[in-house]
Amino acid sequence: MSTKEWPLWEVFIRAKQGLNHKHVGSLHAADLQMAIENARDVYTRRMEGVSIWVVESKHVHASEPSEQEALFEPANDKIYRHPTFYDLPEELNHM
Amino acid sequence: MEIKLEALFQDKIDQEIKIEPRDWMPEKYRKTLLRQISQHAHSEIVGMLPEGNWITRAPNLRRKVALLAKVQDEAGHGLYLYSAAETLGMSRDEMFEELHSGKAKYSSIFNYPTLTWADMGAIGWLVDGAAIMNQVPLCRTSYGPYARAMVRVCKEESFHQRQGYEIMLTLSKGTEAQKALAQDALNRWWWPSIMMFGPNDDNSPNSAQSMKWKIKRFSNDELRQKFVDVTVAQTEILGLSIPDKDLKWNEERGHYDFGVIDWEEFFQVVAGNGPCNKQRLKARVDAWENGAWVREAATAYAEKRELRTKNQTEAA
Amino acid sequence: MAVNKDILIDYILHLADNSMILGQRNAEWCGHGPVLEQDIALTNITLDLIGEARSLYQYAAELTGGNSTEDTVAFLRDVMQYRNTLLLEQHNTDWAYTITRQFFYDVFHYYLQEALVNSADERIKEIAKKTIKESAYHLKWSSEWMIRLGDGTEISHLKMQNAVNDLWEYTGEFFIPSETEIEMTEIGIAPDLTLLSKKWKSKVEDILTEATLSIPSSDFQQKGGKKGLHSEHLGFILAEMQYLQRAYPGSEW
Repeated sequence: MSTKEWPLWEVFIRAKQGLNHKHVGSLHAADLQMAIENARDVYTRRMEGVSIWVVESKHVHASEPSEQEALFEPANDKIYRHPTFYDLPEELNHM
Repeated sequence: MEIKLEALFQDKIDQEIKIEPRDWMPEKYRKTLLRQISQHAHSEIVGMLPEGNWITRAPNLRRKVALLAKVQDEAGHGLYLYSAAETLGMSRDEMFEELHSGKAKYSSIFNYPTLTWADMGAIGWLVDGAAIMNQVPLCRTSYGPYARAMVRVCKEESFHQRQGYEIMLTLSKGTEAQKALAQDALNRWWWPSIMMFGPNDDNSPNSAQSMKWKIKRFSNDELRQKFVDVTVAQTEILGLSIPDKDLKWNEERGHYDFGVIDWEEFFQVVAGNGPCNKQRLKARVDAWENGAWVREAATAYAEKRELRTKNQTEAA
Repeated sequence: MAVNKDILIDYILHLADNSMILGQRNAEWCGHGPVLEQDIALTNITLDLIGEARSLYQYAAELTGGNSTEDTVAFLRDVMQYRNTLLLEQHNTDWAYTITRQFFYDVFHYYLQEALVNSADERIKEIAKKTIKESAYHLKWSSEWMIRLGDGTEISHLKMQNAVNDLWEYTGEFFIPSETEIEMTEIGIAPDLTLLSKKWKSKVEDILTEATLSIPSSDFQQKGGKKGLHSEHLGFILAEMQYLQRAYPGSEW
């Protein structure tokens, strides 16, 4: 009697106007509409959001953890991308 | 190769770096987590039943909405936890199958009956109190999705214990009959509550490994002691007494000593012989089976609609 | 025109009891839903309904005066004093009946709020302004389920058609005005039910058609709830709901 399970969806919530949508968790729903409503009922019961995105989990493509070093470590020594790299006179405020 | 990976893995754990779903992990770590998280999720879902019992009988409207919201939260907590477990490669339906077949366990406490309204107080206060003791350290557990689910659970859980304690407080300040209800509920829920922390440390085979992997951060006995220590003072405020004649302050240890737990009872309930094991499991199986046609129909409709949209686009 | 307080209270109780009794019925589902997400969804609706009932009971209690509270109003009236329509006390039976009952009520409830936001009674108007938002969501939710299950599988279609056929005879009661409603309509507190009835029929027809369900041809309609003549079910609902208040009279909870 095993029936097909409803697909899994990833839920993203915008907590208030001006903020990014942030991943909050996942849930199951038969279709898109239901996924948004389920997200509303499951993840915004305590006024956590003003906007919802749902993405079917199978459509999320992720980077490989094994490539973590190759992907992200080369950024470590590019300190010149950060403002603190540059020496400026003290009297120069607000730059 | 495997040994090197395992050393790297332990190294990450030791450095408090969280493990994420797609990271390499020892098979036994995955299995241990899957068992623990799914068991935790099942406990939330089965835990809805003893309290759910009383929603339609709540004594006033304020209590009714609070209880309803609380039991609903438990469904949400189950859901967050199932989601966390799903990242380890088992579907929610598979976990349900394990629950329904009796293969998976859930917290034994929910195999005790809720006989009076005071049980809503005792459960919120003691059972949720014990659960919170267990759950707060889990917010820092080594597996990312589990830790994140627990942060959400703990945040929502904070009203549950207060809700329960307030019920106990109102009853203990009420009529003689109400006070008697409160004491009776404490008598019945005390021992099962302190059993919730699991067997004594020297009798808990998986604990050491779980501590090493930082799935667990405190031992069963440590948490149990902490719970007893804080609960005694709370009981005094209620003017009720804990049903343990051996309970007394130990100046030297800086903790309360308490009586011997009846582990025979605990293992009987775990084995399926508690007062409500069969009833609880049947309620879950019934809900699942009676809902099958609903889930199937929603899938069928979603497929039909997708097909229609596709045909329309092609026709256009 | 002066408002007769007793008649106003009677009308408020009708509004409140509808949502209270449906909420009480829906609450039986908590922990037993067909899927976790929908268990949570239905409970949200239930909490809205009971919340609305509370606001109205509080208003009724204030008008009654004395030691009256939302709880004395909800817990200390017997079957004959309840003013909900018969549809709302029907058994849950299964998800098909529950959805259909909810849908029939939601359509009525939504259009009712739409009218009540212009009620001549300030308090009812304020409550309706809050309720209409909740009710709009309920209607969306139950309409989608009607369509999904009506147009789902053969089994779900059959179950839904049965539910629609069985519950149909309880839908007309919404629109048969009681003496209270006639008076309340005259002074602009309650809406004209014939107008509401038209909106209800048209919405229900639209959704049932999309759900591939047929509209029952039977004209016969049950009635009585609005004046306290209920089905046998309500006595059991109240026995359960009021048990503690009756067993321990006068206690604080």
